[in-house]
Amino acid sequence: MALMDRHGVIERNATLLLVGSLLVVTVGGIVEIAPLFYLENTIEKVEGMRPYSPLELAGRDIYIREGCYVCHSQMIRPFRDEVERYGHYSLAAESMYDHPFQWGSKRSGPDLARVGDRYSNEWHVQHLIEPRSVVPESIMPSYAFLKDTKLDGGNITASFVANRRVGVPYSDEMVESAAADLKAQADPNADTSGLLERYPKAKTGDFDGNPQALTEMDALVAYLQMLGTLVDFSTYDETAGYR
Amino acid sequence: MDTYTAMREFADSWALLAMTLFFIGVVIFAFRPGGRKAADNAASIPLKDDSLDD
Amino acid sequence: MSAPCRPVPAAGLTSIGDEMTHGPYIIALGIAAFLALAGAGFAVDRPFAQHMWVLFFVLAGSAIVLMRRTSFASSRVPDLSAYPDPSAYMDGPIRAGSIATMFWGVVGLLVGVVVALQLAYPDLNIEPWFNFGRMRPLHTSAVVFAFGGNALIATSFYVVQRTSRARLWGGDLAWFVFWGYQLFIVMAATGYLLGITQSREYAEPEWYVDIWLTIVWVAYLAVFLGTILKRKEPHIYVANWFYLSFIVTIAMLHVVNNLAMPVSIVGSKSYSLFAGVQDALTQWWYGHNAVGFFLTAGFLGMMYYFVPKQANRPVYSYRLSIIHFWALIFLYIWAGPHHLHYTALPDWAQTLGMVFSIMLWMPSWGGMINGLMTLSGAWDKIRTDPIIRMMVAALAFYGMSTFEGPVMSIKAVNALSHYTDWTIGHVHSGALGWVGLISFAAIYHMVPKLWGRARLYSERMVIWHFWLATLGIVVYAAVMWVSGVMQGLMWREYDEQGFLVYSFAETVAAMHPYYLMRAAGGALYLTGALVMAFNIWMTILGHQREEDPVGGSATGRQPTLQPAE
Repeated sequence: MALMDRHGVIERNATLLLVGSLLVVTVGGIVEIAPLFYLENTIEKVEGMRPYSPLELAGRDIYIREGCYVCHSQMIRPFRDEVERYGHYSLAAESMYDHPFQWGSKRSGPDLARVGDRYSNEWHVQHLIEPRSVVPESIMPSYAFLKDTKLDGGNITASFVANRRVGVPYSDEMVESAAADLKAQADPNADTSGLLERYPKAKTGDFDGNPQALTEMDALVAYLQMLGTLVDFSTYDETAGYR
Repeated sequence: MDTYTAMREFADSWALLAMTLFFIGVVIFAFRPGGRKAADNAASIPLKDDSLDD
Repeated sequence: MSAPCRPVPAAGLTSIGDEMTHGPYIIALGIAAFLALAGAGFAVDRPFAQHMWVLFFVLAGSAIVLMRRTSFASSRVPDLSAYPDPSAYMDGPIRAGSIATMFWGVVGLLVGVVVALQLAYPDLNIEPWFNFGRMRPLHTSAVVFAFGGNALIATSFYVVQRTSRARLWGGDLAWFVFWGYQLFIVMAATGYLLGITQSREYAEPEWYVDIWLTIVWVAYLAVFLGTILKRKEPHIYVANWFYLSFIVTIAMLHVVNNLAMPVSIVGSKSYSLFAGVQDALTQWWYGHNAVGFFLTAGFLGMMYYFVPKQANRPVYSYRLSIIHFWALIFLYIWAGPHHLHYTALPDWAQTLGMVFSIMLWMPSWGGMINGLMTLSGAWDKIRTDPIIRMMVAALAFYGMSTFEGPVMSIKAVNALSHYTDWTIGHVHSGALGWVGLISFAAIYHMVPKLWGRARLYSERMVIWHFWLATLGIVVYAAVMWVSGVMQGLMWREYDEQGFLVYSFAETVAAMHPYYLMRAAGGALYLTGALVMAFNIWMTILGHQREEDPVGGSATGRQPTLQPAE
């Protein structure tokens, strides 16, 4: 009967109940989440992934700030209709530098995982200012204020440092040139050779239709235009990537 | 792939067995003979008089 | 806390309202307000500066209110704590919590109706502060954490005292939990509108608000556990098990999911410690267990006390409740990956999540049956007691949504339902049906006792509330189910030539009538809550509406619904 009385002890001892329930609820998290950090096949080997450029990161921060993830996913599932509608299904590697991830959970608007290069900068700006002028059925709010808001780039170096602390492989050179790169990427007259070496495939030039000012619209469009464009799928081995 | 396979095999054999046994243990405990009285006492706790008499 | 836990005096049950002990609190608030001001001055980004100004005004305002209470003996502000407790328990924070629950409930539901209308009429978005992307987290946090959280804190303090036969441990610490939690709500809500968010669903507040919540939560655990430890009842009643596991698990989930690196200690922005796949699973491990432990285990604690108490019968099977407890907390924690079916999450994790989600059906229904069968032999109470009726409906919706959940976690079903309104409908049948109704019932049960009233102002208004709420939920859930399935099918529809039939924009346009009906369902539910708020307020003021007793015809039966205390 001694074993039978065990539970009676738990029922009367608050500390045991506390520790017992904590143990029980910890098991699931450890077994499910912990392996993802060391199983080498969690993230596929792909070519082309790189950390965000300063302007893209600033745009991503705006994307997060405005709660875009509430209505737009960035995770294409491997179904025929999704692949035809949005492009190649999303790979784990494509969000390996995303702190935090932006996979989303609801599609009140379309998936944006591969929206980069699909529309022109002008389209994006017009769409963000007055969504229904380009998509009459759209229920998206207007984000016209982004074009009138100067981009606050004062924290970009600190942001890079914070990202590096959580594991994004920004080099010393990237951190040091972050402030300059932030401005150069949206400046049509800037020398972007160093920027493009550090961040291959980055889109450069004016984004918001106003080359004089560096606005939040510049940053957000720069981010949208690079989404899903990095991985070179011509060299991607699908069977090796299956997990 | 090796770690994964090994873990998977462990999970769907011994771990599954251990969890099932634990669960059966809890059920047996809860419905053990002689447990009814204790359970009935515990169940009546909220129905006692609400006042706090020191 | 400086004030020791004093013996039970006749009236002054807490030191708030007691002039002598305000000093330390006013000084602490003053220092905190000064720090907020400094934070605003040294802020490295504008949202942080704005947020610190909000904090400054809240803290300075609180300090002034406390000072005024100290200076003037008679205050026109209703003092929740000065009211003598009819019982010898510490009920001040519970009275405050009941009012806060009602207030935030109405606010959260109102924002819900507004965001529902924004989806139907996008011109209702007012940029930048009131755009949907900022309002939706406001709605979810207001209903989950402000309404649900206050209901949980208030009822857990109520239940733990009465089932332990002990006053709350820690004296004023319980008041700190209450006011600290309100501060968390205000900071979270204003932060969203200012654009301060981590973008982690149901964990949007940024790092400094998270740290504050951690402090409050540890105090909450201390009060709750301390009360259990000094109990006079030898057995820990099962409701307290559920409350305790909810508090502990939420603490663990909150800390792990919010691990992040701030850009600056005077800045609002932080970057999550995890990235990509790992971050996604951590977030949904948190997200699903916010449902499992915040919105389920906690409210099951509520159910295990208030249903037997209101029915005046012991729970159907206490032994089943033990199995229910261990099975539920063990299984729930695994279910998170079902939010990530067919994503880049490894397949084994998805399958594991699915299997556990399906198994979860059993303890969920075990709990539901245990609650419902408590009424066996007294089913007539559903007709004669509107509060019981509300509890039964809550359990029925609990059963419905815990059946729907496992179905939706099956990968083949999820392929259709994920990313659509079906998920939104599912959440609301659980949140409005289960969480909302069981909380309303608990408040209806507690308020007359807490304020020493013979009965509620009106029981017929409870029936009105019941029907408005039930109709609202049914409309909402049915409409979202249809629109979700329809949108899912439209996305994947092909014509004979093998082309996709609908553009995404066409599927959005097709949602419009459903979004309107959904807003109507939400408005019905909100109306019910407003009826309740009026009823509760009149009860607190001590009025009684003259009305025929519920359930009885002209038999002259007395409405002996509230057991005499």
